[in-house]
Amino acid sequence: MNSGFLLTYYLPDNVVTNEELADQFPDVTPEQIFKQSGVRKRYLTNPDEIGSDLACKAAKKLFSENESLVVEEIDLLVMCTLSPDFKAPSTSVFVHEQLGLREDCLSIDVPMGCSGYIYGLSLIKAMITAGLVKNALFLLAETSSHATHSEDLYLRMIFSDGASATYISKEGVDKIGDFVFGTDGKGAKSLFVDRSATRNPVDQKWITQYKDEPGNMLNGRMYMNGAEIVTFAIRRVPKLLAETLEKNNLNFEDIDLFIFHQASGFILHVLRRKCKIPEDKFFVYLEEVGNTVSSSIPIALKEAIVQGKAKRGMKIMLLGYGIGYTWGGTVIKL
Amino acid sequence: MTVVEFTRLLEKEFEDIEEGTLIPSMNYREIPEFSSMHALILIALIDSEFDVLLNGEDLRSVNTIEELFNLVTERL
Repeated sequence: MNSGFLLTYYLPDNVVTNEELADQFPDVTPEQIFKQSGVRKRYLTNPDEIGSDLACKAAKKLFSENESLVVEEIDLLVMCTLSPDFKAPSTSVFVHEQLGLREDCLSIDVPMGCSGYIYGLSLIKAMITAGLVKNALFLLAETSSHATHSEDLYLRMIFSDGASATYISKEGVDKIGDFVFGTDGKGAKSLFVDRSATRNPVDQKWITQYKDEPGNMLNGRMYMNGAEIVTFAIRRVPKLLAETLEKNNLNFEDIDLFIFHQASGFILHVLRRKCKIPEDKFFVYLEEVGNTVSSSIPIALKEAIVQGKAKRGMKIMLLGYGIGYTWGGTVIKL
Repeated sequence: MTVVEFTRLLEKEFEDIEEGTLIPSMNYREIPEFSSMHALILIALIDSEFDVLLNGEDLRSVNTIEELFNLVTERL
């Protein structure tokens, strides 16, 4: 990757293994948890550590890893999180302050979840290409554990807290292809966090109901209808792949590596089979980190680079899909 | 594919189930160890074998393996 496109990620300190999960759920074994989720380890923040904290740690890690990156030159901050500090103001202003970015830096939130990396990249490409800004810092951070009930085993199996940081300048934007997007609000309740904002806010009954639950579910509670999510993914993602190829005037064989949102081991297995992607072209980084929601694509991309699976000159298709439903795809050239 | 072949296919896909354990008149939710994960496996299997995509509501609308098979074949 060139110096115009730099990325890294940060994971919190607390690791939860399948053995530890199985200790809390005697009906399942660690191997059954792995078979159902494709995950062996997931990461949790401390209760007092929130999304913007993770985002700032990812950003500082990126700065320290790349001497060529000049923080004072960043004039666009895009913050993608479904775990905001407050309803208002946007989380990006707190991150802007913590990182000491320059005053004329445009700071915005893009709370898009699973497709957030694609949406953010498109926004950054558009703004840099239009000449509105020159250098972007794109942070993605999620603390889904803060909205997960301790008895929701399947959610605890697959989801992980985590953050990523990507720096993109003009040189990097030139490596990002064209985009495909989509929205289907009929899927909004298939994966959502109830009682998390102004529609049905937390009330006294809710507080009483969860008085014995750590954190009292004051951030809301995540619900997922797995059957609907799988049906959506099978129906939509193969089309998204085809549309992204067409939009970029590429054939299937032109793609050197596919990196999908790392939803779960099962969904990735089903999609790879459905899309007929050879195993060696389908990068999966889920077992060691779980589903980090918006950061899952950049974390996998970084790992693919570190492991030598993604190399300079390769065309890599990135596909995001999930909560909303929303979806998006693009092709980058390393 | 016949309903018996479909039943054998389910046994194979669910891995832990011995061949000959399931019969078409059995409620698929009463398959030993049936969980929400198996519902996902059913959706993916039926899509892969029949190119018919069911959703959670479809699964809830039928009970036995035979009814599930009939639902799928109606949509072919």
